[in-house]
Amino acid sequence: MLSVTVNGRRHERTVESRISLADFLRHDLGLTGTHLGCEHGVCGACTVLVGGRTARACLMLAVQSDGQDVSTVEGLASDGALNALQQSFWDQHGLQCGFCTPGVLMTLTELLRENAAPTEAQVRDALSGHLCRCTGYHNIVVAAMDAAERLRGK
Amino acid sequence: MPMLNFRVASPAHVVDLNRVAGLAYINEEAGHIAIGAMTRQRDIETSDLVARRLPLLAAAIRLVGHRQTRNRGTIGGSLAHLDPSAELPAVAVAFDAEIQVRNQDGGRSLRMADFAKGPLTTALTSDELITELRFRPWSEGHGHAFVEFARRHGDFAVASAATLILISNGRVENISLTLGGVGPVPIRVLAAEKILRNAEPTLARIAEAANCCANLEALQDPLYPAWYRQKLAVTLTRRALEKALPR
Repeated sequence: MLSVTVNGRRHERTVESRISLADFLRHDLGLTGTHLGCEHGVCGACTVLVGGRTARACLMLAVQSDGQDVSTVEGLASDGALNALQQSFWDQHGLQCGFCTPGVLMTLTELLRENAAPTEAQVRDALSGHLCRCTGYHNIVVAAMDAAERLRGK
Repeated sequence: MPMLNFRVASPAHVVDLNRVAGLAYINEEAGHIAIGAMTRQRDIETSDLVARRLPLLAAAIRLVGHRQTRNRGTIGGSLAHLDPSAELPAVAVAFDAEIQVRNQDGGRSLRMADFAKGPLTTALTSDELITELRFRPWSEGHGHAFVEFARRHGDFAVASAATLILISNGRVENISLTLGGVGPVPIRVLAAEKILRNAEPTLARIAEAANCCANLEALQDPLYPAWYRQKLAVTLTRRALEKALPR
C-alpha cells in the first residue's frame, strides 16, 4: 500500500513495485501534466518535486515516494488562475509545443524558492537539465527572469 | 534506474537504501573527511566543509549530471556503478580514497586503486554494500582543478582530468594527476606526476608532463576513437595543471 501526498492531496493506492513514479502519476492518478520523454533521466520532461526537491519521476519507483510530498505541474495554478511563473511563461512566449514545459516549471519553482534573484547564468545552469526540441531556450530564460522579478515585487 | 528502464539490468530483487538516514553524512574526522554512501550529490555540492577541505570534489560535483539528478544521486551510487567517464570515481582515484564496505558478517576497507576493477565493475561482492568514503584532504593552499570535455554541459564526459598539486618554495612538493574516461577505470598518470614532482612547474614542464598522456592505452567506441581520447588526455592534462597552479 502506497500512501503519498500529491499537490496537497493524500492518495492511498496499491501499486506494483515496478511502476515508476511518472507512470503512477499519469496512469493511476490521471495527472498527465507530468510528461515522459527519454525515460532515462536526460530530457527533464518528467521533473517533479519530491519533498520539495526536483527529481526525475522516471528515475524513481512509485513505492519510493511512500510518505512523501510530491508536487506536479497541476499544483501550480490555483482556482484556474496561473501562478506568477506560469503567467511569465504565457506573457513572454516561454513555450512553443509545451512538451518540456511542465518539467521546466518545476525546476524553476525550486530555483526561485532557493534563490529569489538568480543571474541569467544560474537560470541557464538549472535549465541545462532540460531539453526543449522547439529550441525555445531563449524565451524560457526570459520568462524565468521575468518571473523572478514578479515574485520579488510581490 | 536508467539500467532498469533500458532493461539492461533485470534484478530479481531491488533493495532501496534511500531511507537509511544513517548512511547520509559529511563529517571531519582525524585525518580524513568521511562521507556516507547515501549522501546526495547535491548536499556535497552545497557543503561548506567539502568546499573548504576538498575543493577538488566540490568543483567536480557541479559537473555530475544536473541539479535534478544530483538531488537524488548519491556518492556511493556513483562509485558502485563505476562508469569509466564519471566524475566521482575520478576524484576518488585522485585522492586514493578509502572505500568502507560491509556485509552481514562485518566490514572491510579498500583503497580506490583496489576497488575499481573495470568498466562498471568493482571489488564489491554480491552481498556487500558501500557504507562510507574517506578522503584525506591536502594541506591548505594546495592547487586543484577538474576539467572535462563533454559535448553538452551535464552530459557524460568523454574524458576528464583531475589534479591536486602542492607547491612549496616554488617547487612541486606533491602532485596527483588522474584521467577519467580514457582507460577502463580512472587512471593515475604516474609518469606525468614524476616529471613535475620536486621540479619547478614551468609551462614547458607542464607540456612535457601532458605529452606523457599521448600514448596511453585508450578506450574506443563508434563516436570517439582511441586516438581522439589520447589527444583529449594531453589537452585536458595541460589545462588541468595550468588551472591548478596558484594564480
